[in-house]
This record gives sequence, C-alpha cells and structure tokens, in this order.
Amino acid sequence: MTMDTTTTPRSIIELKDVRKSYGKVTALHGIDATIREGEFFSLLGPSGCGKTTLLRLIAGFDEPTSGSIEIDGKPMAGISANRRPTNMVFQSYAIFPHLSVAENVGYGLVPKRMPKAEIAAEVDKALRMVDLSGYGDRGAHELSGGQRQRVALARALVMRPKVVLLDEPLSALDKKLREQMQVELRALQQSIGITFILVTHDQEEAMIMSDRIAVMFDGHIAQLDSPQALYRHPVSERVASFIGVMNFLPATAKAAGEGELALDIAALGAVTLPVAAVPEGISPAKVTKIGVRPEMLTVLFDDSDHAERVTEGVVVSTSYYGDMTYYSIVLDGAEKPVTISMRNTAGRAVAPVGARLRIGWGAESIVLFS
Amino acid sequence: MSRISRILPNWLGIYAVAFMLFLYAPVVLLPLFAFNSSTIIAFPLTGYTTEWFTVLWETEALHSAVRNSLFVGITTAVLSTLLGACAARAMARYRFPVKRGIVGLVMLPLVLPEIIVGVALLVVLVQLGVPLSLWTVIGGHVLICIPFAIAILNSAFASLDQSLEEASFDLGESRWGTFRRIILPLVMPGVISSLLITFTISLDEFIIAFFLTGTDVTLPVYIWSQLRFPAKLPSIMALGTIMLALSVLLLITAEWFRRRAARRQGLDVQAPGGFVG
Amino acid sequence: MRLDAEGRRGLTLISPTLIYALVMLAAPLAMVVTFSFWTQNYLDIDTTFTLDNYHEAWTQPIYQTLMARSLIISVVVTVVTVLLAFPVAYYISFRVTRRKTLWLFLVTIPFWTSYLLRVFLWKVILGYNGVLNSALMGMGFIDEPLTFLLYNANAVVLTLAHAWAPFAILPIFVALEKIDRSLLEAAEDLGDGPWRRFRRVTLPLAMPGVIAATLIVLIPTVGDFITPRLVGGTDGLMIANMIQIQVGRANNAPLGAALAISSMVVVGTLSVLIFLVGRRFGGRTR
Repeated sequence: MTMDTTTTPRSIIELKDVRKSYGKVTALHGIDATIREGEFFSLLGPSGCGKTTLLRLIAGFDEPTSGSIEIDGKPMAGISANRRPTNMVFQSYAIFPHLSVAENVGYGLVPKRMPKAEIAAEVDKALRMVDLSGYGDRGAHELSGGQRQRVALARALVMRPKVVLLDEPLSALDKKLREQMQVELRALQQSIGITFILVTHDQEEAMIMSDRIAVMFDGHIAQLDSPQALYRHPVSERVASFIGVMNFLPATAKAAGEGELALDIAALGAVTLPVAAVPEGISPAKVTKIGVRPEMLTVLFDDSDHAERVTEGVVVSTSYYGDMTYYSIVLDGAEKPVTISMRNTAGRAVAPVGARLRIGWGAESIVLFS
Repeated sequence: MSRISRILPNWLGIYAVAFMLFLYAPVVLLPLFAFNSSTIIAFPLTGYTTEWFTVLWETEALHSAVRNSLFVGITTAVLSTLLGACAARAMARYRFPVKRGIVGLVMLPLVLPEIIVGVALLVVLVQLGVPLSLWTVIGGHVLICIPFAIAILNSAFASLDQSLEEASFDLGESRWGTFRRIILPLVMPGVISSLLITFTISLDEFIIAFFLTGTDVTLPVYIWSQLRFPAKLPSIMALGTIMLALSVLLLITAEWFRRRAARRQGLDVQAPGGFVG
Repeated sequence: MRLDAEGRRGLTLISPTLIYALVMLAAPLAMVVTFSFWTQNYLDIDTTFTLDNYHEAWTQPIYQTLMARSLIISVVVTVVTVLLAFPVAYYISFRVTRRKTLWLFLVTIPFWTSYLLRVFLWKVILGYNGVLNSALMGMGFIDEPLTFLLYNANAVVLTLAHAWAPFAILPIFVALEKIDRSLLEAAEDLGDGPWRRFRRVTLPLAMPGVIAATLIVLIPTVGDFITPRLVGGTDGLMIANMIQIQVGRANNAPLGAALAISSMVVVGTLSVLIFLVGRRFGGRTR
C-alpha cells in the first residue's frame, strides 16, 4: 500500500460542474475540482456551505442534480454507495453497536465472500495499522471516543478503498486528543498513500493535515490551494478572514509608472508595488482595500529597532496568550484598530493600554483586494 | 427542590403509596378469593382451597374459549407487529406527502372509543354479509393493536442512527444485507416487545370481541357470559388470577427485551420508552 | 408536491398499514355516517336520505338524559382522575430518584389486567354482600350493609377513575420529566416561593401532559358501556349502553349510528375546547 512518489500524481476524482438542489434550495452551484491520487484533500467551510453534501455525493449516498463525478476514471452516475471504491469515516463513527470491534472492522469483507481466516488476518492488519491490536473482542460500547474513531478508520481501510472520505471525524473529540489524532491521521495517510478527503469547519485542522484545501462558501469553491498559498494569497476578504486573522485597510490606487502600482493606504501611507503583486482576476486600478496579517505588523519596542516602513499607534486593548500577546492598536489616521501579534520574550513586559508604540511593516506582506 | 420538601414533609409520598393501594385493591382480591373455600365473595375468608382451579380444569367450554383467545391473540400479535413495523419504519426514516394525516388515521384507534370501532365494523360486516367468526375479531384487534405496535417500534426505529445503515451500505453491503445484518438485530428486542404487548391486549380485549364474535367466543366474552351466575364467581376469580399472572409475566418479559434493546444501542436504560413514553 | 424517491419509498412502506386502516377503519366509519342518514325496519334498510335519526337522538328525552348523564359522568371522571393522578405523577417525577422505572411499571400493571375483571371486581367490592360491607361489618363499624355504594353514578365514577388512572399518570409524568430542572432553580433564584414557582413554572410547563391526560381519559369514557352495565344500576346507564342496545337487540343500527356520531361530535367539540383553553393556559409551550 505504498505510493510510488517518483511519478507525477494523477487525478483520482474529477468533479465536473456538480450541482445539487433539494427542492428550491440549492446546496451546490456547479463544483469543478480535481483531486489527485495520494493527496490529503480538505473541504473547508462554515456549516451549511455544502461541504458535507459534496462528500456524500462522492460517497454515493446522494446523486447530483446535474454534473458528473468520476472516480479513478470511471463515471459514477447510477453507481450506488455499496459499489463505489470509496469508504467513509462518519462524524458519529457509526460503529455497529451490536457487533464487536473485529466484527465491525470485518463487516465489509463478509459480503465479498472472503474465507473467515483471511478476514481475521485482514482485520488484524487493519487494527495494527490504527494501533488497536488486541482490541478485536471488545464490544462497541466499551470504547472511548478516540478508539471509536480508530475503529471507524480501520473499518474503512480494510476495504482497500481508492479514496477514504472523512466527515468531521475529529469534531467529537476533546482538544488535546483532537490535536494528537490530527498528527496521527496525517502520518498514517502519508505512510499508506491512499487519497483522503476530509470535511471540516476547523481551518487550523485543515491547514495542519492537508496537501490542498478547497475553501467553500454558499455552495461554491471560493479558493482551492495549498495551505500556504491560502494563507498568504487569499483571493477574497471572506477567505482571508476565514483562514486566520487579517487586518483590512482601505486603499486607493494611483496612476504609476510602467509595471508598477502606486497605492495610498489609510494610516500606513503610500507604497509602490510591482504589478505582478496584484492577484489574478483583479485589475490594478480597482484595488480598494489591502489586508495584512497580525504577525506581519511588528511593534518596535526599542528605539534601535528598524523596519522597512514605520508608523505609530496607540494601544486600546491587549490579550495575553502566554506565548503570544495580541495588541489592538489604533494607527494614526485610522478609525478602527488593527490586531498585531507579538511573540513574548524574556524581560519584555506587555505594553499597557494607552501606550504609544512604533509599528513596523513591509510592502511585501500586504495582500490586495478589489 | 430542598425548600419544597421541607414544607411538605412526606405527604406526597404517603399519598402516592395510598394511591397505589387503591390502584391494586381490586387486583389483590383476585388471588385472595381464588383460593378461598367459600362460594360467596365476602369477608371473612373461610379457608384455603384449590377447588376453583380444578373446576376450571374440568370446564370444557372454557378450554375452547382459551384456545380461541390464543389463536386470536397470536394472529393479532403477528399481524399488528408486521403492519406496525412497516408504519414505524416509514415514520422514523422517510418524509412523505400527507404524513401527518396518514399517521393520524393509523393511530386513531388509540383515542377512539372501542364501542365506535366495534359498532362500525359490525355494521359493515352485517351489510356485506360476512359471517362473524374469530377472524372478524382478529380484524378488529389488529386495528386497535397497530397503534401500540407503532409506539413501541417507533422508538426502536427512531433510535436507529441512520449513519449505521449508510455505513453498512458504504462498506459494500446490499439493502437486504443491511436489513439482515444491522436493522433486524437492532430492532429485534422491540419486535418481541411489540409481539408480547399486542398479544396481551388482544387476550384481554372485550368490547370489540363482544361485538364481532360469532359462535366461537374468546375468553373475555366467555367470562362476561359467566358473570351472571353467582355460583361461577369463585372459578372466575381463579381464572382471573391465572390471567393476571400471565399478563404480568408477559409484561416483565416485554420490558426486559425493551431494556436489552436500549442497552444494545448504548442508550439510557432507565429512560422510559415504548408504551410508557 | 412532486413525489421524490424518498417520498415514494416512505409511502410504499406505510401502504400496507394505511390500506388496512382505510379498509377497516375509515371505510366503516364512513359507512356509519352514511347509515345514520338511513332508516331500518327490522332487517330492511331504507336508503332514503333522512335526518329522522338525528331528530330522534336530539329530541327524545331518554336520549337527551343519557347524553347529558354520559357527559357529566365523563367530565367528573376526567376531573377526578386527573386531579388524583397529578400528585402521583409529580411524586414519581420529582421525588423518586432511583426506582422511577419500577414505579412506572407498577402504575401500568393494573391496566394490563382484564378491564372486564377489574370492573367486575369493583362490583364485588362495593356490593350489598360485598367485600367492603362484609369487612366493615366484620370489624363492627356498621350494623347493616351500606346500600349507597353500588348501582349508581358514584360507583361508575369510582370504577372509571380507577380504570383510567395509569392513562392519566403517564402523560403528566412525561411532561413533568421534560421540565428542565434548572428552570425551577432559576424561578427560585428569582424569588419565587415553592407554591408560586409551582404555579408559574411547573404547572404551565406540565400543561401539555395535563391536556393529553384529560383527552385520553375523557374520550373513551364516553364510549364505555361495561362499567355502567355492571356497577351503574338504572340511573348509571350511559349513552354507550343505548348505542349497544340499538345496534344489537333493538335492531336499529341507523339510530345507533346517529347516537354514536352525535356523542362523538359532542365529545370532539368538548375536546377541542379543552385543548384550546389548556394551550392558552400553558402559554407558548409545545
């Protein structure tokens, strides 16, 4: 079950203009996406964005209203869930309550008319994979939340699916266990090389685990990119605010020289950027807003600290997180405060409310929006 | 909570116990007078005897009434549980047009006086020229038992997590295989509980049986016919004692199955369900 | 509404039960309604449309008396039963901590014993030479048997209140169980004493259960004919006894049908009124 990493990844799922409506309500408005073999792919979005609907269409629990879904090159129209090469880890785990762990994991092998000994061997292997060796005889109700999640995963993996579908599999776990499972799940996926599609509303979880993320709003894919690209180059304000925190400031585009864009940003002042910095799909003249992440603004505590550009502001509130402090600062000439995150260091106190601070920033860190 | 309990020390508890005594007063008399040697049902008790049970053993008409009641009860239990299961599953799992209306009609016998059901069926049967028999009694009993079967089975089907079926389907199992391997085992205790309860209802039901019975009478109709004869009363007491013991036994069994079902699905066993909810 | 796959599957699944209910319940009920507009002369049915049966049912003094008495007895039974049942349900829900299921089980058991036998046992208890009289005389409380116990409306009320007690306790209990206990603490925290808290929070929230109990007891009691026959004497007879007589011995099914429908209409109207009044009292709770 290892993947040959030398070949370029080929597509395992093709979604072409997939639409789904329930009566008058449209859940998905034409989804186009390619999911590559062996990647960890996440569908990220707030509840009601259509991510679970899309997952269920791929699994075959529902048929799309129009459009096509291809898995491993085969169109899936008319093929029911029990004949698709996908297996699902349910949000509730759906562990069969009347069966033991081993019977749960071996459930899908029974209809394949596999000999009993072979089933037992496969079940053992799958349980070892999820670190549950020796738990086969336990009853379903004797398991903890984390163990149930592992059983659900083993039950899917034992089927040797082309794609494993995970519907918010970690949402029922507490924070510590969830963080541990995120790392484990990612490591397991990388070692066996099967494509995983994860549905989640937790942007941090998606960032930690995924190769690529499709951010969905209102039945559309707003952006499909790697975690870094999503964070650094969000295509819209909505994506920017959903993935982490972003400060927005109004800006006016000014005429400038060849290949350059001059911007007048409220509170920060004028900058000139290469036109290449303008994201695709936005005409340079229509830039009306810029965004900057909290960690891209720096409080210059010492007079000797330098930055590419410097402005000033007054602290209106602070939030102390232990490792970090988040400052709310009203920049000179601005109305609303911006958020700035600073790593705490030894021997430096948190600046008090009302303090006047110098703020450093760089032109490269700003993101443009129309 | 603490303040109110100080004001009402335990009047409520005393009342509740007194109420239970009132509730059980007639029932307790059954075995008391069944084993009493006097032919008159009155205090003081005269002595212990099992004579009235022997009388039952020798009454041929009673035996055929028992056979009839068993036949009606078992047939009713099977049919009403089957029909109840279809309805309960449809109600728990699917949305469909005029659902409320259909459910209302099917559950209607629960609030309809039995005399109305009995009269309505009798009028139709007489008009159609259908001779009254045990089957006409079964027809009426199935009708009034369906709501009870639905109430019991509905909780069994409703607590069945839909993702269990989807998981089974997702793991390559067919619809029939999913029914056989997941749904049936999980609702089986509910089915047994429904069979026992509907059987008990049919066994005790009098009004509909009274209207729809032909020459073959059921046990309650037989008892009704015997109530006129004072000499028969002690043996009726003995018969009632046996029926009471049987009903309690069936109920305990039904309750035991219901709890097992709840435990299997990891639900709170103490939560009232089925006919209690 | 277009039928989607789910709707089709649901309808198919429920259709056997639905068809059964249509054939065995809806059709016969429709038949009874039709019948009530016809006339019967011994075995001949005259299918000419007529309101004579209703005219007779609503104007003849005997039917008026029976109908009025049935209503009064049913209402009294219902009020008595619900009032007696509420404290028991309250006790099981609020005071019993560990043995709730056992209490509920004990409450339901008498219901599952033969109704016929239970009614008959009350006759045995209350009779002239019955259990109560013989016990009281044996203990020297009275010199001769009390005669007011049996064969009157009181005996009917007592017997019916006993028979329907579990049906009144269970819905009230369920409603009380649903009350979030923190609401009661909140009321107390906001300054309500026990009685005011009961009146302002517990009772309105228990109202759906009280309404359900009221209707569950009221509707079937109107249709009972065993209890009046066994313990009611002549002034305890109710409308259901007359329906039974008309359909049975008197061979006048159309009049029986008209009486049955009339009583159902009366009870139905009363039920709707109770439901509306109760819902108002219970506020917006559902």
